Amino acid sequence: MAFALSDERIKEFAEILSRYPNKMAACIPVLHLCQEANDNWVSDEVTEYVAEKLELSAAHVKGVATFYSLFNREKPGKHQVWVCRTLSCALRGSEGIISHCEKRLGIKMGDTTPDGKITLRTAECLAACGTAPAMQVNKEYHENLTPESVDAVLDKLLAD
Amino acid sequence: MLKRTDYLTKNYGKPDGWTLAAYEAGGGYRGVRKALMMSPGAVVEETKKAHIRGRGGAGFDCGMKWSFMPKPSDKPHYLVVNADEGEPGTFKDRTIMEQNPHALIEGCIIGCYAMGAHTCYIYVRDELHLSKERLWAAIEEAKAKGYLGQRPFGKTYEVNIFVHTGAGAYICGEETALLNSLEGKRGQPRLKPPFPAQSGAFGMPTTVNNVETLAIVPTVFQLGGDAFSKLSALHHLNDGGTRLFGVSGHVKKPGVYECAVGLTLRELIFDLGGGVLDDRPLLGVVPGGSSCPVHLPDEIVNIPGERFEAYNGKCILDIPLGVDTFRGAGSMLGTCCAIVMSDAVDPVLALQNLMHFYRDESCGQCTPCREGCGWLERVVNKIVAGEGTMAELDQFHEIATNITGSTICAFGDGAAQPALAFIRRYRKNFEDYINNGAATQTRSLSL
Repeated sequence: MAFALSDERIKEFAEILSRYPNKMAACIPVLHLCQEANDNWVSDEVTEYVAEKLELSAAHVKGVATFYSLFNREKPGKHQVWVCRTLSCALRGSEGIISHCEKRLGIKMGDTTPDGKITLRTAECLAACGTAPAMQVNKEYHENLTPESVDAVLDKLLAD
Repeated sequence: MLKRTDYLTKNYGKPDGWTLAAYEAGGGYRGVRKALMMSPGAVVEETKKAHIRGRGGAGFDCGMKWSFMPKPSDKPHYLVVNADEGEPGTFKDRTIMEQNPHALIEGCIIGCYAMGAHTCYIYVRDELHLSKERLWAAIEEAKAKGYLGQRPFGKTYEVNIFVHTGAGAYICGEETALLNSLEGKRGQPRLKPPFPAQSGAFGMPTTVNNVETLAIVPTVFQLGGDAFSKLSALHHLNDGGTRLFGVSGHVKKPGVYECAVGLTLRELIFDLGGGVLDDRPLLGVVPGGSSCPVHLPDEIVNIPGERFEAYNGKCILDIPLGVDTFRGAGSMLGTCCAIVMSDAVDPVLALQNLMHFYRDESCGQCTPCREGCGWLERVVNKIVAGEGTMAELDQFHEIATNITGSTICAFGDGAAQPALAFIRRYRKNFEDYINNGAATQTRSLSL
């Protein structure tokens, strides 16, 4: 079925457009809006929809969607987890956190649990170096991680 | 040690410290009132006197940058805030946006007024959801008070601020990539010239400033430019005022500290940072984000030029952290957020970690960077696996040298600089991997 935004999100779409001098500038915020409305991924239907709404070529929108790492081109799990792997977190034991997550969920980085609950990925520097190791869960940060605190977060996600 | 200050950080950690009420109780929104009484040209001149060196990493003088904007014409001017904080080791701007967003909003109003801009975009990386939320809330609060909109503080000078979001790309911290991203394109850097002041966002005159640079501007107008500059121990080098210092890695008290410009690495690590974890010896320190070279703790510096004579023969840890002092010492101040490594760290693995980052984040536009960063990572991976050769170690040096200076933006240099610094300072560790096998190495990064 072709993708379309709900009436409520159409209002948000119009508000986003009002911030910029042209339609193209709304491309990234609108892709975010559509991704959220589409189970957190940007399908070809979504890029075509955005292209039509913003009067851009489908190739332009697809080019943008594939450039940025936070636009999912495949449907992720219900919850998305990113564990920071860059130097400051690595110095504070992110490697242990990464292998702990993999073991706990029985999947490798980049994969989704078989029940579709959690997609597990590494992230490059999350700007949380002073509170390392850190991870992002959906839109929230969790910092100063220990295996125990990670378990508490993951348990909650798995139960949801 | 230099005195600690709290111009930006006084409300950090306080309940509701990020609200307009808390900001005003601490003296907020006084600087902008003074600035709006002056002419835009006088605001630029006052900012020049403050000698704020750009806090995003390049260290360019803020007032000077503002003065490059053309005179107001029928073309709209834009102020764009670089809040795409993502340089490994850097985490200071996030604290401002989350805990003191009104300082940034006030700085944006002053900046817009000084440069003839009526619209300001704050480009925040997507991951920082709390920062975006706090900034939007601050904008709404300021609007409701009449501080933003058609007549801020009663002055007929319209200012509107919008938060724009990225979507996960380190390169968008490069100002022209950021502008492309703001325009709804792939975040690939543009050739300069034209510089943003001539042709920036939407082809119009634009200035891109870092979050912290703008957030400290209100303080300049409260204290006066000259008085602000003199807070710094490097006032005589035109590196003025106070700034945020970050310290992460193997220190007892990692975090963001506000202090006068001119603090030394030794003070940052041992006084503010509480010293190295478990009181271990230092292996090395990266002064300001991962794109800066790594330094040994006993490195002696020799900075050419009369102005720097006082620092010659001193240890790098005892040189005041300033844009010109560190540049002169063959280093880089960057974002002034140090990464500290104790002797528990295997420097070969540390470099592998960083090379993965640069390979992952290269935008792919310029061949030397796109291919070179991949190549650098592959060579380090081979060495870590115990399969590297001495010829490949030399080749690694050659690749990094060839990336330097041959790309559109500074990303390539930012990848090559740590690559070259690590193999220069820790060459023996790399050779040990090659000659004695990977099994003989500690192979750890954390304690």
